[in-house]
Amino acid sequence: MPEQRVVDADYLLLEAPRERKFITGAQAMAEAVKRANVDIAIAYPITPQSEVMHLVGDLWAQGYLKDYYRAEEEYGAMSAIAGAVRGGARAFSATSGPGLLRGIEAIASWPGHRIPAVLGVLTRVVNAPLSIQPDNVEIAYLLNCGMVVLHAENQQDVFDFTLASFVISEKVDVYIPVAVCTEGFFVTHAKGYVNMTPEDMKLPPRDPYKAPVPPTDCEIPPARIQRDAPVQKSNFMSYLIHAVWQQEVWSSNIRAMKYIYKYLGGPIEVVNPDAEVFVVASGCAAAQGREAVRYAQMEGLNVGLVKVKSIRPFPEKEIREALSKAKAVIVPEHNIVGWLAREVKAVLPNNDRVIGGPRVYGGMTLPVELIMEKVYDAFGIKKQKKVVV
Amino acid sequence: MGLEYVRISPGFERYMPKDYVDLVKYGQFGRQMDVQQLGQFKELVEEHPMCAGCFMAYFIRVFYAALPNPEDTIVIGTAGCARLALSQAAVPFIYGNYGDTNAVASGLKRALTIRFPDKVKDVVVMAGDGGLIDIGFGMTMHSWFRREKFTTIMVDNEVYGNTGGQESGMSPKGVQLKMAPKGKQFDKINAVELAKVAGCVYVAKLAPTNPKRIAKTIRRAVLAARHFGPTFIHAYTSCNIEYSIPTEKVLEDARKREKQDFGFYEWMTDEVKEYFEELERKPEEVRT
Ligand SMILES: Cc1ncc(C[n+]2csc(CCOP(=O)(O)OP(=O)(O)O)c2C)c(N)n1
Ligand code: SF4
Repeated sequence: MPEQRVVDADYLLLEAPRERKFITGAQAMAEAVKRANVDIAIAYPITPQSEVMHLVGDLWAQGYLKDYYRAEEEYGAMSAIAGAVRGGARAFSATSGPGLLRGIEAIASWPGHRIPAVLGVLTRVVNAPLSIQPDNVEIAYLLNCGMVVLHAENQQDVFDFTLASFVISEKVDVYIPVAVCTEGFFVTHAKGYVNMTPEDMKLPPRDPYKAPVPPTDCEIPPARIQRDAPVQKSNFMSYLIHAVWQQEVWSSNIRAMKYIYKYLGGPIEVVNPDAEVFVVASGCAAAQGREAVRYAQMEGLNVGLVKVKSIRPFPEKEIREALSKAKAVIVPEHNIVGWLAREVKAVLPNNDRVIGGPRVYGGMTLPVELIMEKVYDAFGIKKQKKVVV
Repeated sequence: MGLEYVRISPGFERYMPKDYVDLVKYGQFGRQMDVQQLGQFKELVEEHPMCAGCFMAYFIRVFYAALPNPEDTIVIGTAGCARLALSQAAVPFIYGNYGDTNAVASGLKRALTIRFPDKVKDVVVMAGDGGLIDIGFGMTMHSWFRREKFTTIMVDNEVYGNTGGQESGMSPKGVQLKMAPKGKQFDKINAVELAKVAGCVYVAKLAPTNPKRIAKTIRRAVLAARHFGPTFIHAYTSCNIEYSIPTEKVLEDARKREKQDFGFYEWMTDEVKEYFEELERKPEEVRT
């Protein structure tokens, strides 16, 4: 293990030299953890997440982390993360599909407990019949927790989003967890080029006293008050406290936006901003959306892409602006429920412009041809055109 | 040590709440109080919203009076009656999701060990029978399997008290409770034996009839956990509401149960036994 020197977070994220490597998404996530000065990682196996936590376990064995263990199950893992973070440690875990749902009660309580942790979500089907294939329906369950939810398109995003998440999550005006989601297998087990910061540099350690809610470590004066909401002395107090506290959690979520601009170049990426028809997509579907833009260009059709990097906070204003002149908005998704289409519809005026789909069930790829069919529909091209490759 | 943080900065005494000043002047921080002096020193918990006459509330009061190092202790609880008093004490309290106490405590204890390798930080879980042995069963067991160094105290009122009286795995067989309309169908779970086989280094069972003994048991459990591994106390703390025990009869009931099936029981590994023999020869070191 090379000696790592602590460097300023802004320097590491924005200026440090980068080296290009051809690695899997799982490796990219672990490489980010390696540079994040993480104190403790708590693991539980579930395909396709396991690869990430194997690699993080190796990092602990090499001395990059101070503690690591396999928890009893996901609920135990996510609760232990809550304990470790309350105690002042910087903590990481990752999960997938059914594992995410098993841990969801604990995860959903993190923002309210003001737990700045980073959770890798390497997506996988949830619904029966059982399958280990990718599908991102699970992100729908995360959207109402209060946490920041980022959705990575490729290995590079996984690295950048994960490393930046530790910094964003611990900002004193944010101080809630961040989920870094990406499609299992398609990204976690496939290789791509990743420009990475040097191995011998790491983030400054977490300073738990720089916090809106102090750590529970007996190093602060005692008070007759518990560390966490709710203060259930009476129902009257509990609902008031819940309301006030949740307002603050959701405000924190919105305050994360400025750091998403600073460290990730903003919550959306727009390709071909003057297009007539747009594909709006996140995660892997954005990669297919990019391909659709290329196909369309070859056919002389003016199609653009809005890639949504941040699902929470949801870039309402940015999406409205980017799509203000769009004639049609196509939202392809790697899940059948269409959670992203719902989000987009909710923020757009004249939302009958939004075409929800194409959507695929778990494990299926999302062929560009399916997106192109919607593109032709949007342009009123009746005859099914053959796609030019 | 936490004591540094308990003291009031000179000059600020008159601006601090009286409650706090009293706690620092007459309370247990930095002192070893004898539980038999209860009522003569400022307690860590006084007002709380538990039912009048609740035996669990009494146990919690003695628990705080007995802690070997309250200034450096963190208590973890869960949904259930106990947390109503635990959250009103002058000791940091963490309230997670129902049943997750031992997982939260695992993460917390490890984080504190990473951050304060040279300091003593005691972690104590106090939760109901439902929280520890029903819904949190897996997490309770696994924290013991992993030999996590904290104490678990089960306040066993043999019922889901806080949700209004449903049967739990710790309710006695045959007893008729909500959700057991024909009486409970299986025996009370043997938590103490489970704790032993799961790896606890110190295990005790008691009906809290004797405050001095409760205090000694709690102190032992906390100290053994600090040095050797998980420890467990199974305390009978009746629910006078759900079992209709008149307030003036709760102690009588506890004495009856002590004779019946909650006689004092204590078990520890040889290593722990040696440690206590050594330690209790020079009691002034208990606080270290
Ligand atoms: C996941 C979940 N399930 C159920 C509940 C409801 N609940 C709150 S307190 C409680 C029972 C507490 O019983 P026990 O743990 O025995 O403690 P007691 O109140 O008897 O002291 C339950 C079931 C909850 N809060 N969370
Ligand atoms: S319901 Fe029972 S256990 Fe709960 S506070 Fe009241 S008497 Fe105590």
